[in-house]
Amino acid sequence: MRRYSLRTVALAYLAAILVGPLAIVFWRTFQHGFAPAWDALSAPDTIHAFKLTLIITAIAVPINTVFGIVCALAIVRRSFPGKGVLNAFIDLPLALSPVVVGLALFLLYGRQGWFGPWFTEHGIRVLFALPSMVIATIFVSLPFVAREVVPTLREIGDEQEQAARTLGAGGWQTFWRITLPSIRWAVVYGVILTTARSLGEYGAVAVVSGRIQGVTETATLRVQQRYESFDLAGAYAISIVLALVAVVVLLTMTLFRPREETA
Amino acid sequence: MSIEVRNVSKSFGTFAALDDVSLEVEGGSLTALLGPSGSGKSTLLRIIAGLETPDAGDVLISGELATALRPQKRNVGFVFQHYAAFKHMTVRDNVAFGLTIRKRPKAEIRERVERLLQLVQLEAFGHRYPAQLSGGQRQRMALARALAPEPQVLLLDEPFGALDARVRAELRDWLRRLHEEVHVTTIFVTHDQEEAMDVADQIAVMNAGRIEQVGAPTELYDVPHTEFVMRFVGEANRISDSWVRPHDLEIAHEPGERSVEAMIERISRLGFEVRVELSAADGESITVQVTRDRLEELELERGQIVWVTPARERAFAATY
Repeated sequence: MRRYSLRTVALAYLAAILVGPLAIVFWRTFQHGFAPAWDALSAPDTIHAFKLTLIITAIAVPINTVFGIVCALAIVRRSFPGKGVLNAFIDLPLALSPVVVGLALFLLYGRQGWFGPWFTEHGIRVLFALPSMVIATIFVSLPFVAREVVPTLREIGDEQEQAARTLGAGGWQTFWRITLPSIRWAVVYGVILTTARSLGEYGAVAVVSGRIQGVTETATLRVQQRYESFDLAGAYAISIVLALVAVVVLLTMTLFRPREETA
Repeated sequence: MSIEVRNVSKSFGTFAALDDVSLEVEGGSLTALLGPSGSGKSTLLRIIAGLETPDAGDVLISGELATALRPQKRNVGFVFQHYAAFKHMTVRDNVAFGLTIRKRPKAEIRERVERLLQLVQLEAFGHRYPAQLSGGQRQRMALARALAPEPQVLLLDEPFGALDARVRAELRDWLRRLHEEVHVTTIFVTHDQEEAMDVADQIAVMNAGRIEQVGAPTELYDVPHTEFVMRFVGEANRISDSWVRPHDLEIAHEPGERSVEAMIERISRLGFEVRVELSAADGESITVQVTRDRLEELELERGQIVWVTPARERAFAATY
C-alpha cells in the first residue's frame, strides 16, 4: 500500500508542476481552432525567430561539444596546476543566473567595455547582434557535455587507452578508435542537453540581443514579445513548438538510455 | 630481442617505487618478476613498455636505447591484469587492432587474426563482444591481441591475477606451451611464487624497489642470497638465528645436537605428504614436512612434546 501512495504522490506532484501547465498551453493554443495558431507561426517575424534560434544552437552546440570533451579529458586524464579551478568553473554557468551573464557580456563588449572599442573599430557588431547572442548561449550551455563525459571517462579508466598505445596507436588514433567510442553515449546525452538548453535560453540572450523584431529576436524572446502584445494565441503557438521540441529531446534520451546499459 | 634495464629509479611523490634497478633478460627467455605488492615489479614492467617514464636510468630493447621511445614505437605486447579489452569491438576487431593501426592489407589481417584465434582457442568466438566472454577467455583474447603485431617482447602484468584458481592453473600451463611455440621474449609480473616457479625459466625477486636476486627457480630455492628470497620463494622456518626449509627438518622424541624443543599444534595430511605445525619453546612457529611413513613410525600426535633438528640450514647477514 505504501508503495502505491508514494507513487500517487509522485505522479500528482509531476502532474501539478509539469504536465498541468503543458496541458493548459496546448488547450489554450487550439482553443479557437488551428487557424490563429497557424497564423502566428507563419508570420515572417516568427519564422525568423525560429531560424535565429536554430542558427545560434547550430553554432553553440558543436563548439560546446568539442570544448566539453577536451575539458573532460583534461580533468580526468591530466594533472596540471589550476585543475581544481577549471573543474569548479565549468559548473559556474549552472549556478549563475543567465541575466548576470548577459550583463557581464554587456560590460565586456559594450561601448565602455574591455573589448567593445576594439570590435567597434574593426566594424564588428557584437552587442545587439548574432555574436553576443551566440556567446551568451555558449556560456549558459557550457557544462553539459563535460559533466556527462567526466564520470564515464573515470569509470572506463585508462587501461584501454594504454593497451591501444602498446599496440601501436598514436594519441589521435587512440582518441578516435578507443576513447571516443567508449564515451559516445555520454557525448550524445551531453549534446542533447546542450541543444535543449540552447533552444530554450532566454535570460542572457534577452539582455544582449536588444530584442529587435525580425533581427535579433529568438523563439523564446518572440514568445515574450507576443505575450506582451496581448497576442496570447501567438505566444502559445510558439510555446507549443518549443515544448514539442523538448518532448522530442526527452524521448530521444529515453530511447538512447537502454542501449547504453546493455553496451 | 634481449631486454636490458640499467640503473632505473622511479618515485611517485615521496614513494620510491624503484631504486637503482638493473636487469638483463636474454632473448627468447621467459622471465618472472616476483615480489609482494608494492615491491615495484609492475612499475618496472610498465617502464619497459614505455607506459611510465623512469626518473633515472635506461631501457634497452634488442640492444637499442628505448628510454625516450613512446610505447607505440617500442613494438612490445602488453597484457593487463584486468584484460583492458576494447569493449566496443568484437573479439576479432580486438585482435586485429594492432594490425589495423599499422594499415596491413585486409587479407593479411584476416588470415593472421584467424590463426591467432585458433592459437588461443577462440575461433568460435570471433564475432562476440568482450562482455560475452568469461575472464579466462578475455585474457586469452588480450594475449592474442598483444601477439598480433609480432612484438619483439611480450609483457604480462599479473595476467592471471583476476582469475579463479582452476582457470589460473590452466592458463599458466597454456602460457608455457605458447612460449615454447612462439618464442617471444616474455616477462611476466606475479606475486605468486608457485606461479613464477612453475612457468618461468628465470626469476627476478623484487622487494621494496630493488631486485634481491635473479636466477633459475631451483637456484633461488636452493641457494637464496638473502633472507627475503629464502622466505618469499618457498616456505621457511626460523630456528634460532637461521632459516630452514620444512623438508630439511627432522623430528625426534629424544633431544639431539642443536635440536629445539617444540609442541605439536596441528597435523595435516595432504596425501603422501604430511605437514606438522609446531610451536617452539621461544614462541616461534615451525612447519615440518614429513612423509606419511615417517609420521606413523614416530606415532606423532597433537600435543606431544618433540625435538626438531635442522638437517640443512642457512644464515644470512643482516640486511635490514
